[in-house]
Amino acid sequence: MSGAARITLLHGGLIAALLALHFVLPVYHHGNMARIMVLASYAVGYNIVFGYTGLLSLGHALFFAAGMYGMGLAVQHLGMGPGAALAIGVAAGALIAGALGLLALRTTGVAFMIVTLMFAQAGYLAILYFGDWTRGDEGFVIARASRVLWGIDLSDPGNRYLAAWALFSAALLASLWLVRAPFGRSLIAIRENEARTVMLGYDTFRLKWAAMVVSGTISGAAGAAYALLFGYAGASFAAVEYSILPLLWVLLGGAGTVLGPFVGTLFMFYLIDLSSGITTAYMLIAGVVLVLLTLFAPQGLMGELRRRFWGWLP
Amino acid sequence: MEIGPYLLLATLEGAVMASVLALTAVGLSLVFGVMRVVNIAHGEFFMLGAILAWYVTQMIGGPPAIGFAVALVAAPLIVGAIAVAADMTILKRLDYDPERTIVATIGLLYIIQQLTLMGYGPEARPVAPPFNTRLALPWFEVKEGALALYWPWGLSTTSYKLAVIGAGVAVLLGVWAMMARTRIGLVMRAVQADRDMALAFGIPVERVYAMVFGIGAALAALAAVLIVPISQAHYLMGADPLLLAFTVVIIGGLGSLPGTVFAAILIGLSDGIISVFFSPTLAKILATLLVALVLVFRPQGLFGARRA
Repeated sequence: MSGAARITLLHGGLIAALLALHFVLPVYHHGNMARIMVLASYAVGYNIVFGYTGLLSLGHALFFAAGMYGMGLAVQHLGMGPGAALAIGVAAGALIAGALGLLALRTTGVAFMIVTLMFAQAGYLAILYFGDWTRGDEGFVIARASRVLWGIDLSDPGNRYLAAWALFSAALLASLWLVRAPFGRSLIAIRENEARTVMLGYDTFRLKWAAMVVSGTISGAAGAAYALLFGYAGASFAAVEYSILPLLWVLLGGAGTVLGPFVGTLFMFYLIDLSSGITTAYMLIAGVVLVLLTLFAPQGLMGELRRRFWGWLP
Repeated sequence: MEIGPYLLLATLEGAVMASVLALTAVGLSLVFGVMRVVNIAHGEFFMLGAILAWYVTQMIGGPPAIGFAVALVAAPLIVGAIAVAADMTILKRLDYDPERTIVATIGLLYIIQQLTLMGYGPEARPVAPPFNTRLALPWFEVKEGALALYWPWGLSTTSYKLAVIGAGVAVLLGVWAMMARTRIGLVMRAVQADRDMALAFGIPVERVYAMVFGIGAALAALAAVLIVPISQAHYLMGADPLLLAFTVVIIGGLGSLPGTVFAAILIGLSDGIISVFFSPTLAKILATLLVALVLVFRPQGLFGARRA
């Protein structure tokens, strides 16, 4: 079988399997899976910048929250319909990623990490500061009536699962197409050796900025979809944990692999879900996994799989 | 109160803040300067210092001064030992790669914080200060053409707060003496200047790294023991010192100790005044944006010289 056929079969197979799960999963796991697919879309967006371009951002919660609040505030205060609000959420993610990229990409390495962390923190604090509109930590519920998109009631669990599935499929296929296109190839070149990429005549600043915008758009779409599907927007989604979590998911699943974000999100979600029966300090698990991953498996699950067996994995 | 006495009061509170902040930030700066490692878990070492101070004073009982004196020695030592252990088991194995150590110290942050939550619980608990005499402060006014002292209502501080300022200054002088005057300091500076050359001259670089990481954490813990009788011990108390210490270190110039101390005084003093005019949240927003913009446009810090 040729490489392209194998790749199509594997990724198409996952998408088909997730659709099939809709009909067989018990209620509890059906709900979990819808949430995992939305969060995995966020991780797919993060992977573009971290896994493929090699930029370690600690501020992606800003883009996720931009999508969530762009959507939520448009519905809540501007009285918009869900379709238009969704578009505003996605645009907010792209816009903020573009603006942050222009500033943060002037720095590299550790400074880039701190700059993204600080801007995301400023965004989080701003959400708390404008508590009159955002309701701060408490957040606000998006009324059921404004969650009916094109006649489909997204507060219904079945529709919600299918919407999450559509979002995730789109994100996965977009990222698969992107990293195999010349644009994605040049991002990988930047990750591997930026100086050489510059020497070969690429405008790396513009490429990195484009990667930030694409990543911010996908993250914003995931945030807006989260607000739309689960009917809630809150400041905790803008806090530093939500910048660390996609890093954790992508590291666990395998940075720079198309399937890694989904695999990592799935594993981590169920790890925390299972441990929450034992302790309320669930972020302990996240901390331990982070340390163990950096120590023993910096490639993550899919990365190891690619290194050992499937060299063709994109 | 008039503006004069009010400013004196704000300056005194700011000096307490600055002294604690300088200790925390110098610890962070030392680790970054010598090891080129950004320690995101630094705030958790601060928090551990405060929690341990509570445990020690509870265990010893008796007059608060004795328990506090023991905590002042024991908490930094224990936290330093934990940091050394973390360095040897985690950071050393990552070969101090800057990006991977940041991810690992984020993990460490959650491990320390959540273990504290499980062991110590979510309550905030007070530690009694060893001494706490209220000192009324005089202010002057011009009465019939001559200066006269009077004691305005509300203008006072406590002996403990003055002691914190004094202790902060003493420890900072100690750190400076260690770096400038001792053999250990010389070795640290050698490793900071050129790690490979130091290694070639037979300096055990890895042991120096472990020691620096331990000293940095111990300084944060010491700062926390000093402040815990004024605030309280809580498992989430590490976040604000981390943010402020970052602000100080970056504005003072990464890895520069005099710049760090200067920035700590500036930020500590201005924090009180900013909080008067703006809400604390807005003050924090401005501080984080300042850090980010300084890193983008003046990466050598506001006071640092441009490095090649």
